[in-house]
Amino acid sequence: MTAVLEARNLVRDYHVGGGLFAKPRTVHAVKGVSFSVEKGRTLAIVGESGCGKSTLARIVTLIDPATAGELFIEGQKVDIAKDKLTPEMRQKVQIIFQNPYGSLNPRQKIGDVLGEPLLINTDMPASERRDRAMAMLKKVGLAEEHFARYPHMFSGGQRQRIAIARALMLNPSLLVLDEPVSALDLSVQAQVLNLLADLQDEFQLTYVFISHDLSVVRYIADEVMVMYFGEAVEYGPRDEVFANPKHDYTKTLFAATPRADVASIKARLARKAAA
Amino acid sequence: MPLLEIENLVVEFATAAGQFRAVDGVSLSVEPREVLAIVGESGSGKSVSMLAVMGLLPWSAKVTADRMEFDGVDLMTLTPAERRKMVGKDMAMIFQEPMASLNPCFTVGFQIEEVLAVHMGMSRAERRARAIELLDLVGIPDPADRLSSFPHQMSGGQCQRVMIAIAIACNPKLLIADEPTTALDVTIQKQILDLLVSLQEKYGMGLIMITHNMGVVAETADRVIVQYKGRKMEEADVLSLFENPKSNYTRALLSALPDNATGDRLPTISDYLVDEQPAAGAAS
Repeated sequence: MTAVLEARNLVRDYHVGGGLFAKPRTVHAVKGVSFSVEKGRTLAIVGESGCGKSTLARIVTLIDPATAGELFIEGQKVDIAKDKLTPEMRQKVQIIFQNPYGSLNPRQKIGDVLGEPLLINTDMPASERRDRAMAMLKKVGLAEEHFARYPHMFSGGQRQRIAIARALMLNPSLLVLDEPVSALDLSVQAQVLNLLADLQDEFQLTYVFISHDLSVVRYIADEVMVMYFGEAVEYGPRDEVFANPKHDYTKTLFAATPRADVASIKARLARKAAA
Repeated sequence: MPLLEIENLVVEFATAAGQFRAVDGVSLSVEPREVLAIVGESGSGKSVSMLAVMGLLPWSAKVTADRMEFDGVDLMTLTPAERRKMVGKDMAMIFQEPMASLNPCFTVGFQIEEVLAVHMGMSRAERRARAIELLDLVGIPDPADRLSSFPHQMSGGQCQRVMIAIAIACNPKLLIADEPTTALDVTIQKQILDLLVSLQEKYGMGLIMITHNMGVVAETADRVIVQYKGRKMEEADVLSLFENPKSNYTRALLSALPDNATGDRLPTISDYLVDEQPAAGAAS
């Protein structure tokens, strides 16, 4: 097995302020995080807002450079702070965002949304772009008649399918999913998670799955990394992390997750009756 | 006597494509000191039916009901002025997005005191004392100092606490919480749910919890109503709903929880809903 993604000691600082009277200061968003993901596997990154998980996603997606540390994609070292990003590199990593209402251009038809990555990154003729977009549309569970529609004509779940289709147009090997189902209803969430699992099987995709919903993480992840204030406080195989959390924050997180099984409802009702 | 009693509530919106029925014949009742959860996905009419109770729907909505009574008062025949006296005092509502429901131009102290001035007619000093007491009650540290904070200076969880403080300022008999924790982190969600339930017990309020999260239902509710496409699919106490769901839709919802996953794919609603599709008129 080869590691599709490997990160060694990634650090990202942001410099804030320096206004008229305010002193500039440095925010350490990510403080030295290392991990690796093998082909066809899923790494879940869990943490609360402000813990640096989306910053990490931006580094991995080659949107922002890391302040320090090394990033390898398919064994190749990438440093966008030094070298310009090549189209080949850009095709390898794609990202899907949380809010399917914000990540699609309202003035662009779905066919054009799907064709655009090919237009920018390849010199494919228009007819082939069209064919590929159509094929991908069907792959994610939409139909031919959706090709010429605008984003506002779709529901949240359908839009997330479109976002997934757009990310897959360039045949990436690594897909970064930044809270892809947290804006969706429970039933739609199940459909999108199933779609992601199907696509992973078919294309041997590698996922970096960012979420704060532990029940989703437990379902989809192979490895889990828990982040807290920019540090990875827990990193290991899913079953190990869930069965035997070591860090206090992970334990708090597990305790806070609402439980929907009959035994815990009974326990709560009993507590209430006793009080 | 039930605190809130609704029979056959229908809410229709006039749209360009004709009448759209968002709530289709829902009946429910809430007893004093009871926690009722209304569960459903977006478009199931769960928020709209509660907005109808509060009288907060836009003019394009047409509300009809056989009966809609709150604490012995008929809500259907109430004049707007009478309703304004009641809403915010005897029944209050908390919304999903705490950052968006507070006014960014005023301090939180002003916004809490505004309710007290309108409904309780308290003097300035009394209002300030009560506002400090309320902030303390909802668990905000240094309440006296925080009165002069603006919403943008607080975190999402703190803003939701302020919203709760405003809602309970006049000791309401009924509190409606519309997805109070959807925008919050899991750890903060736990704190807010604990706060809501403890306040509900302390003051003996009726609490209606609107949510799509089955975990939240399991953690808070006494009784549960499941809604789908404007119709009530099932009503049961919380234990029997999880132990022995009667409608196919509830069963589908429960099996779509990743917690309950068996095998490597999740069952979806369409696997279950063959015979129970509501009539086409209620389609979203």
